Amino acid sequence: MTTFYDEVQELKTRYPEGTRSAILPALRLAQERHGWLSREAIEETADALDLTPAYCYSVASFYDMFHLEPVGRHTIEVCTNVCCGLVNAQAVLESFERELGVAPGETTEDGQVTLRAVECLGGCSTPTIVAVDHVYRQSVTPEDVPSIVAELLND
Amino acid sequence: MTETTVRVAEGPALVLAGYQGEPLRSLESYRAVGGYVQLQKARAEEPQAVIQQMIESNLRGRGGAFFPTGRKASFIPTPDKIAKPIYITVNADESEPGTFKDREIMLKVPHRLIEGCLIAAHAIQSKRVYIYIRGEYLEEYESLQGAVDQARDAEILGEVDIVIHRGAGAYICGEETALLESLEGKRGQPRSKPPFPAVSGVYASPTLINNVESITTIPSIFAVGPEEYAKIGAPPDSTGTRLFCLSGNVERPGVYEAPHGITVRHLIDDIGGGVPGGHTLKAVMMGGSSFPVMTPDDLDTPLDADSLGKKGYFIGSGVVTVIDERTCIVQFALRVAQFYMHESCGKCTPCRVGTRWLVQLMRAVEEGTASERDLELTLDVCDRIIGKCLCVLGDSAAMPVASCVTKFRDEFRAHLEHGGCPFGADSQLAGLLAPVDQHGHTTVPQEVPA
Repeated sequence: MTTFYDEVQELKTRYPEGTRSAILPALRLAQERHGWLSREAIEETADALDLTPAYCYSVASFYDMFHLEPVGRHTIEVCTNVCCGLVNAQAVLESFERELGVAPGETTEDGQVTLRAVECLGGCSTPTIVAVDHVYRQSVTPEDVPSIVAELLND
Repeated sequence: MTETTVRVAEGPALVLAGYQGEPLRSLESYRAVGGYVQLQKARAEEPQAVIQQMIESNLRGRGGAFFPTGRKASFIPTPDKIAKPIYITVNADESEPGTFKDREIMLKVPHRLIEGCLIAAHAIQSKRVYIYIRGEYLEEYESLQGAVDQARDAEILGEVDIVIHRGAGAYICGEETALLESLEGKRGQPRSKPPFPAVSGVYASPTLINNVESITTIPSIFAVGPEEYAKIGAPPDSTGTRLFCLSGNVERPGVYEAPHGITVRHLIDDIGGGVPGGHTLKAVMMGGSSFPVMTPDDLDTPLDADSLGKKGYFIGSGVVTVIDERTCIVQFALRVAQFYMHESCGKCTPCRVGTRWLVQLMRAVEEGTASERDLELTLDVCDRIIGKCLCVLGDSAAMPVASCVTKFRDEFRAHLEHGGCPFGADSQLAGLLAPVDQHGHTTVPQEVPA
């Protein structure tokens, strides 16, 4: 079985020697393994890249997709930018809030699902766009929400 | 679940050539529509001749800046003049609100993007291409990676290697120097220019940066011939076709390929089927959310850079988002300002602080606690952002907000007089939650690694 360290060494080969370019893919990999970028995950990444944890943390904290706090096993991200907003994004978001019993930015008590409002996901002609575990669902209506949640939790 | 409408609306099929509804993801399917033929032809020519033809076509960048693609390539030094590798980076960090075209290119005709990369690599004698794709694009990444792998297996890449680099969620990384910083493994904060990327880009080496659609257009330019290409659309400056991103309150939203020069009204009414439900058009988010909004009296403006520019508009990334009369324009300005506040990287003070001010001011107008003086203050804040930062993100917040205040002054005044929003809860954007306002957004973890 390949270790995290080995996988990061493979990532490094995609970029010129002596550069830090592998940090984004390495952080992504660390997050996939740990669920979020805990102190342990950051330190592991830093070790594999021969960088300081502080540097890795500074980079990780810049990007929206890196979680510096624990998140649920699943993520539901609802676009609330203008194009989705013009159609029904807020109603879709509220429908998820009711279905999951959490506010945007929060995780369900059982640690299963984190609900987030996010900026434009680039699916503006089929609003509302909802990314369920990073897979886009297009033209989501408030009525679709219960089945999306049920499908996710029964998976 | 509806699929995005993607089709050639009128004029020649160039970006979407050969696409008939079935994605051309396999090498065979792309070859069946003439794929990789132009690459062979280009490789048989001198690099300089390829750049010359790109210049002749007058292709302009489709990412928003509209810079001549051929000229940009001509700025790259030839390998005999510099002892450093030469890089190509493709900007696939599509994040401008209202833009969803590059995504469709990567899903529907990924091999054409690769062919374009390889022609460009031959032109500037580069051996390494990085495609920086936004982190949220998973299916798009898989589609593109699949195409790269097929091309590598079929030995089409030759001496060139194409690496797909995934972002991690940051609008600012669509700015070319922020993209380079991010690709180098840093926080995505824009650089001071000069030096320009052609001189010192990624890893301090000469770097050509182009948008996905610009690169994808290259094979078709060689297919029709650069001279012919330069006659399509609205020459001399807005040549060729492009993918228009039509969305919002419109009957048939989608990605439509059409020549430059069709009017905004034609795109919305004839191609898009108009505003549904008997509603009336109030404003158009023209070019993207980063630019001044268009008012209905300008709908007959042709969609080319010159015609739009004369009226103070931008073609941007080809965005046309229709906003009908049910929308409060103050809420629109507030939501746009919230986006840029969220995405400001914080490097330049006018943008970092100014975007926050704009949000506060728009919220005060919306909630009815503002006065006439605040409208002047808004314009003053915008003025103190525009042109005063390293990159244009600050301008992108200021331009739409200033245009709303200027063009819809009566509606802003109505908020002041009414002591709040005259629309109440009836506006389409009423109560819309911006990510910047959600729980935990500003939380700093207690435990910060040393």
